[in-house]
Amino acid sequence: MNTTILLLLFTPLVGFLINTFFGKSLGKSISGVIGTAAIVVSFLCTISLFSQINTDGKEITFHLADWFSIGSIQVNFSFLFDQLSVLWLLFVTGIGALIHLYSISYMHEDENMHKFFSYLNLFVFFMIALVAGSNLLIMFIGWEGVGLCSYLLIGFWYKNQDYNDAAKKAFIMNRIGDLGFLIGIFILGFHFQTLEFLEIKDLLGKDLITPSLLSIAALCLFIGACGKSAQLPLATWLPDAMAGPTPVSALIHAATMVTAGIFMITRMNFLFDLTAEIQNVIAIVGAITAIVAASIGLVQNDIKKVLAYSTVSQLGLMFLALGLGAYEVAVFHVITHAFFKACLFLGSGSVIHALHGEQDMKNMGGLRKVMPITFWTMMISTLAISGIFPFSGFWSKDEILMTAFHNNIPLWIVGSIASIMTAFYMFRLMYLTFFNDFRGTEEQKHHLHESPSLITLPLIILAILSFFGGIISLPGHSWLNEYLSPLFSKVAQEEHSFGTTEYVLMAIATIGAIIGIAIAYKKYLKDNTIPSEDAEITGVSKVLYNKYYVDEAYDALFVKPTNVLSSFFRDSVETSLSALVFGLGKVTNEIALQGKKVHNGSVGLYLFAFILGVIAIITYLFL
Amino acid sequence: MNILEQVGIENYITLSALLFCIGAFGLLYRRNAIIMFMSIEIMLNAVNLLLVAFSSYHEDPSGQVFVFFTMAVAAAEVAVGLAILVSVFRNIGNIDIDNLKNLKG
Repeated sequence: MNTTILLLLFTPLVGFLINTFFGKSLGKSISGVIGTAAIVVSFLCTISLFSQINTDGKEITFHLADWFSIGSIQVNFSFLFDQLSVLWLLFVTGIGALIHLYSISYMHEDENMHKFFSYLNLFVFFMIALVAGSNLLIMFIGWEGVGLCSYLLIGFWYKNQDYNDAAKKAFIMNRIGDLGFLIGIFILGFHFQTLEFLEIKDLLGKDLITPSLLSIAALCLFIGACGKSAQLPLATWLPDAMAGPTPVSALIHAATMVTAGIFMITRMNFLFDLTAEIQNVIAIVGAITAIVAASIGLVQNDIKKVLAYSTVSQLGLMFLALGLGAYEVAVFHVITHAFFKACLFLGSGSVIHALHGEQDMKNMGGLRKVMPITFWTMMISTLAISGIFPFSGFWSKDEILMTAFHNNIPLWIVGSIASIMTAFYMFRLMYLTFFNDFRGTEEQKHHLHESPSLITLPLIILAILSFFGGIISLPGHSWLNEYLSPLFSKVAQEEHSFGTTEYVLMAIATIGAIIGIAIAYKKYLKDNTIPSEDAEITGVSKVLYNKYYVDEAYDALFVKPTNVLSSFFRDSVETSLSALVFGLGKVTNEIALQGKKVHNGSVGLYLFAFILGVIAIITYLFL
Repeated sequence: MNILEQVGIENYITLSALLFCIGAFGLLYRRNAIIMFMSIEIMLNAVNLLLVAFSSYHEDPSGQVFVFFTMAVAAAEVAVGLAILVSVFRNIGNIDIDNLKNLKG
């Protein structure tokens, strides 16, 4: 068992080291194969762990080494494999392996392919540490590590300054959240004298901390989650993060890393259960993010930007579920979302690959005939994300909306509108990309081709998963809820009896999705509307197209004042300070120059001064 | 019998003060290094005289012993000083201290 765990933890790290130090000399294909193999090994180990935990239901704590102790706080390199972490690892390593496989073909043109794979492996290593860590500090190491890899991979094509700026933006936005997370850790560590999840869980009943402080700790942790999972007001980095290569967008910025915030809150569910007001905040932030991001997604023209906003919106829905205390529902949506969003991103990557880097949907169209596999896999995922029966997204999104309906009707309305918008913009994407006639240049048209099998194979697997993913948690008979039940105190949320209300809600959700699709169908397939050029966009669309001017607002609120303050300090304060320092120097210099004249080298004068001095001293002493 | 009964102590003090002042003025007034050197010797010996006088006055011989030491040190000092002067003369051709300006700041 120990070998399995060690292999699971460290093969990605070994892959990273090999690719970093020998990648260039090994050649592109071999470095790709090594990178992929490392993740596959991890995946196989996870499967074996999963089957064990699924049968006997006991969590495994794996103690790797002592780290340090301060006072009575002992922090170790130890890992906790329970239902939640193993489930999470399963799709992290599973989808990770598929995306590595995809990248072998996708990145083959790139001269730094070995670097790409070493970063990807490092990312998976840190993600495993984040998920499997048994205390907050190990989780934080993973948390920072995935942030670093995200930064490195967004700026992977470092010769483009815009991409570097996007990488920096992601990093800085995440830092704000991380600060919150750290403060949360400090508060908990100070009051409970331990950082282990299980120990904190046991100590929570013992009144070691005041309720208000506990709320602050929960809020701080939530701020951390906001940064990582791109919730308002820290959401703006994720759409820009699409500057990275498409497999990165699929793995890090859709399927795995951005769900770390949801993982953390689920992991700390016992804490959030005690702070109802913070749960409300989470639910409201989630709902607002869902609808704001969805509305921005309605008018974007960059294929990856649409998917990015859809990711933010879906993450918002997951937070909505978390806020309502329905952790298993959020986990369910995380899993199905990982399947269909990874598939969508990889599909968009396949399209971009075929069009040699073209990302603007205005210049696409008609690809259905030339790229049938990409089209059908993306179509399945699109149906899944839109919530059409019986695709996986239908089940998970429906559960979220149902929970919302039972707890808070306004949140349900917001969530439903966001879902309708999702259906609309996803089909808008599909129609603009795959239907009607090709709108690109003749040369591009000439080169159009279906992607090679290394690209289509992961797409097909993910499409199958997006189709069938729902069966892990069907209403009434949910394997997932039973599997996760040891983790949650509330015994899987007073299991709703499955009756007329639920069928009506399902019907409403489906009709809503169909309406969204119908509008998209009418506008983009029947009328063959093509989005207008940037300059011609007016009215509400202009506000949406410019993302509610949030970036501009942040620019005006934070960046510009900082710049003004900096120039003030540079031009006024620093100048006067240095004038003062230089002035002192000048005064000293002047005095020295005057004093120098006394030392004229005349021995007679020196003697005269000497005797005068002696006389003066004697006078002083004796008279 | 004590020599101080023939010539009073105040005369020694006056003489010694006079000699010291002459030496000091000579040091300040003259520009020839040898003369200045001699002036220093006069000042030194004025002090020696005073030491001896007070030694007799207090009937304490340690003052007289001390004078021997002073004279020995003065002899050594003169040897070094004259050697320096010879060296200066060889370098610049005279021993006028106004020409020794190398210490100018």
